[in-house]
Amino acid sequence: MTASNTSPATTHTHAELAQLALRVREHILRLSTDGGCFTGASLSCADLFVFLYTRFLRVGPERLNDPERDYLLLSKGHDVPALYATLAELGWIPIERLQNHLKTNDFIYWHPNRHIPGVEFHSGSLGHLPAVGLGIALDIKLRGGQNRVVVVTGDGELDEGSVWEALLVAAAYRLDNLVIVVDRNHFQANVRTEELIPLEPLAPKFEAFGCAVERIDGHDFAQMEAAFSRLPFAAGKPSVIIADTVRGKGVPSIEARADRWFCNFTHDEVEALLRELHGEAQAHLTSETLTVR
Amino acid sequence: MNYQELIRQTALNDERIIVMTAENRAVLRELPPVLGDRFIDVGIAEQTMIGAAAGLALRGRIPICHALAPFLIYRAYEFVRTDVGIAHLPVKLSSWIAGFLSEANGPTHQAIEDVALMRAIPGMTVFCPADEADMLTMLPAIWASPAPAYVRLIVRKTDYTHAPFEIGKAEVIQQGADITLLVYGLLFEEARQAVRLLEQDNLSVGLINMRSLKPVDEQAIVRAAQTSKRLITIEDHLLTGGLYSIVAEVLLKHRISADVQPLALEERWFHPALLPDVLAHEGFTAEHIARRITLPAWV
Repeated sequence: MTASNTSPATTHTHAELAQLALRVREHILRLSTDGGCFTGASLSCADLFVFLYTRFLRVGPERLNDPERDYLLLSKGHDVPALYATLAELGWIPIERLQNHLKTNDFIYWHPNRHIPGVEFHSGSLGHLPAVGLGIALDIKLRGGQNRVVVVTGDGELDEGSVWEALLVAAAYRLDNLVIVVDRNHFQANVRTEELIPLEPLAPKFEAFGCAVERIDGHDFAQMEAAFSRLPFAAGKPSVIIADTVRGKGVPSIEARADRWFCNFTHDEVEALLRELHGEAQAHLTSETLTVR
Repeated sequence: MNYQELIRQTALNDERIIVMTAENRAVLRELPPVLGDRFIDVGIAEQTMIGAAAGLALRGRIPICHALAPFLIYRAYEFVRTDVGIAHLPVKLSSWIAGFLSEANGPTHQAIEDVALMRAIPGMTVFCPADEADMLTMLPAIWASPAPAYVRLIVRKTDYTHAPFEIGKAEVIQQGADITLLVYGLLFEEARQAVRLLEQDNLSVGLINMRSLKPVDEQAIVRAAQTSKRLITIEDHLLTGGLYSIVAEVLLKHRISADVQPLALEERWFHPALLPDVLAHEGFTAEHIARRITLPAWV
């Protein structure tokens, strides 16, 4: 194992991670205008990405093609603003590049594109990357590698049968280098998961599919640290981390709201939401809700 | 040499080759002990097989995905299109019992729109060898190509000795001034016999094995259209999107008018039965083909 493979790149404190996550959320809000983006789902997993890229993943812009790097696969796809903002804050891409959002001169749109350094694979169609991650994890095992494959899924995404199909196979092949992280923000696109296709009890479902499961607060860096440092949870089993999160986290006026999925705010609303993010009064929002994308 | 032996030799010489199947290992049964961990059976889970194949290809592998045609591409179509197609990964789809080869399985198992669906994916290549020898001639080049590929497998033997294979080239068996038969897959042999019958009527008949359907040999089609009075497309595929459509697209692109008669399945599945009976019932034996060809008035 190479030295760069033994630990994540940074030694951020949790306070520093919180500051980093705050800046990531600022970027997400700034991307939520002039066409907009999937704001709520991006805000829910911002802390997870900040943690993963600073404290867990053995990755870096200098080792994009290193076969011994860890893999992060963004299966839920539409939360890509959180990923791009994290990559920008950590220097993988210039921060100014986020201004190319939805422009034809770049590939920064509503779902991940592999032209962006750090995006291992495209997504957008739900339920794909558990299978793709399975293939990557299989190859790592074949080669005797130590790298880990983290697949971030949504919770609504768990409706897709292909997620469970891939888990069956991953368990059969004893892929303990595969980690499924569920951004459990309790919403599908426009409704609460439990009001439409209930997922709970969720951990036992994964356990029944041969996975070892931990459930944490997906906004608590200490809990993330504790869970991710113990991977794999069981030898020979894929690991699952159910991260309970809040859709729209950090911005109370859009937190946990069914009608704030895809957001296309006015510039004034974005400014008000940024103030709200920093603890000022809630923004008064009049822009369209339940935007269909 | 056969399909399994070719895979075995190729895989033993090339560590990149991974053989995958969705529990269709009957014709691959000797491979697991030989290939060890490079033989991956995901169970009856075609979409997972394709997604995992994409992941393996991202790591530099060349997965050969062997499964029954309808489940390989219909069940997993979105995974083929989205994971293999968009990323343009060298995943090789080995399609078992496509077309009439599903015999008595019934419509659930009839892959008769496979060419249409596969060629619709940007960058996907599509191959339909005429017989086992043709397939064994073609597969090494297909597997060596960096492109994703769909291959209608065929293990039926004929006594025809095929020319070397080149991706994008048809095999012109013979040229004819009156009509030219364009055919692929298992109907090649029936078409070859139909040529003999038509020649007995003093017709000058051409025959082309359209083994590479995408990329297709446009020049071979154009030349046949310019030298024959009528083209006949013959395929165990729906009329929509298969060889007839390909020929129509090529002729339009080259601004050529031609007289083209399709022999294909029109808006229906075929009647399930053993292959000889399917051919007879559906009108695709050599005799039926010869009889169904209508001749232009000037012949």
